[in-house]
Amino acid sequence: MLALQILIDGFAISALYALGATGFTLIFGVSGVLNLSHGAIMVAAAVAAWAAASVLHLDIYTGALFGVGVALIVSFATYFVVVKPIQNSTRIPNEEKEIFVLTGTLLWGIMIQELIAYFFTNNAKTVLPIVEGVVDIFGNRTPRNNIFTALVCCLVIGLLWLLVNRTRTGKAVLAASMNPRGVTLLGLELTQIYIVVWGIYGILAGIAGVLLGMFLGVSSYSVGPLTASAFSIVVLGGLGSVSGSLIAAFVVGYLETITAYMISPAYRTIPALLLLVFVMYIRPQGLLGRR
Amino acid sequence: MANFFSSRLFFISLVCVVVAATLPLYVSGYILGLLTVAFYFGVFAMAWDLLFGFAGEVNFGPTFLIGTGAYTAGILNNQYGWSVYVCILLGALASVVAGFVLALPALRVRGPYFGLTTLVAVLMLQNFVVVFADLTGGEIGLTIPDVITINAGVNYWIALGFMTVSAAILYGLSQSPVGLVLQASGQDPVQAGALGFNIVKHKLAAFIVSAFFSGLSGALLVFYFGTASVGTVVDVAVGVNVIVSAVLGGRRTVLGAALGAIFLIVAGEFLRPTGELATFIVSAVALLVVLFFPGGFLGAALSREARS
Repeated sequence: MLALQILIDGFAISALYALGATGFTLIFGVSGVLNLSHGAIMVAAAVAAWAAASVLHLDIYTGALFGVGVALIVSFATYFVVVKPIQNSTRIPNEEKEIFVLTGTLLWGIMIQELIAYFFTNNAKTVLPIVEGVVDIFGNRTPRNNIFTALVCCLVIGLLWLLVNRTRTGKAVLAASMNPRGVTLLGLELTQIYIVVWGIYGILAGIAGVLLGMFLGVSSYSVGPLTASAFSIVVLGGLGSVSGSLIAAFVVGYLETITAYMISPAYRTIPALLLLVFVMYIRPQGLLGRR
Repeated sequence: MANFFSSRLFFISLVCVVVAATLPLYVSGYILGLLTVAFYFGVFAMAWDLLFGFAGEVNFGPTFLIGTGAYTAGILNNQYGWSVYVCILLGALASVVAGFVLALPALRVRGPYFGLTTLVAVLMLQNFVVVFADLTGGEIGLTIPDVITINAGVNYWIALGFMTVSAAILYGLSQSPVGLVLQASGQDPVQAGALGFNIVKHKLAAFIVSAFFSGLSGALLVFYFGTASVGTVVDVAVGVNVIVSAVLGGRRTVLGAALGAIFLIVAGEFLRPTGELATFIVSAVALLVVLFFPGGFLGAALSREARS
């Protein structure tokens, strides 16, 4: 019985981790940017969805859409205000652009976090779930929202797969992650591809954020831990490898759930961290990463 | 080295230190307390700059080193009541061991992978503190029975003296042949190795020196505060402040990192009337500096002097 419960509970949280990490790894794969404002964008989406419902009194669906829209806007803002100026800067040497993007997005994330805390306080906010109630799966009472979360995550990841592998735009994105110079030689504007990727990223992070708001609730304190968990999942899976991130998300999600059920919720994150250190030592490029 | 003593930078630093040393004679204890913390933070930032600016290692976990030093010193004093100076020394030594542990992955993985490993180290330390609450005081914090002194002026002088000595040693090291080899191995490890320099040895040395100063400063800081807590010496946010200080002041300048730290702490305090927006404003200023003056305060000043 416990095993089944872990299986069900772990699936929803893992699917959510997977969705959150996919956008993060996509950005890295295509433009080599590690976006440390990731957690802030997710929280912004969730808080926007919450505010739409409880402050503006919109219905749940409009609220959720509003949240995703805010994430999209913040994502574009991150690209145009922070990342692009650093990438195009002539005063920063190329080999140091990475650390500048890291520092810049980190500061940007703190700014978003502080603005959220200023306007909406630090209190935890729970977005009203789209589906309510519980169902009984072989004797385990499971909130319908868990199943809904898992389904939406799988659906969105499936759509992303179709977009990347089956459409012209998606193929351009894929090509840019393999060989940016080759793509420009084929007459595609690299900047436009980046804009598309940041758009996809914004939507993914937005959906993940809103779902997280319904599933666990968020506060401005969740920003750091969310960024750290996406970062560790992505590194565990191999930077830039989307399928690696998916596997890693499920490994981390289940490891956390098992620890929380079998040992104690207080130790929830420790085994995943130990696993990460272990993988770093024996396989530094992550599960499916290329060097 | 000789022309350093006749350079303008040396005189400006000397004047700053002399002026700073006379502050306790005419400013309030409140400002002294603020600057005392800022000076310890300055050492954190300088030690970080040695690793990043020179060895080229992006260490996201400066608080792993700081926290190890701080908590070791605090626990020894709290549990066994050993003398303050023994505790501080042992704290610094524990931090050196931590630096050695942190250096092991650094010699295997690079860039973001190393960054994550260091971040994980901080999270592990944080979990350790919370889980072993009997020993460490957990989330509430560890009370430290002894203090070095309760005189605000003396505390200030200790901090200033410690920062000055650390700055002299770290700056001297960065300008020495060892520093140059370190810089070369940070920028192009393959070529530096091909020139016959032992990169592993130099990087390990950089980690140990950085860890020693971080741990020493962390231990001194907890004896100043009279308490060690996750929020003051281990939290990732503290590490972020250290990194921001170093980038703000000018990476690869060592002295700039201390300037950045003092600016960050003092600005944060002066913006206190703006309430919760203080952190927002400081981060926004730091972001503007990163975007428009990537060399940082000291970097911008030095390049202007070099041009004129």
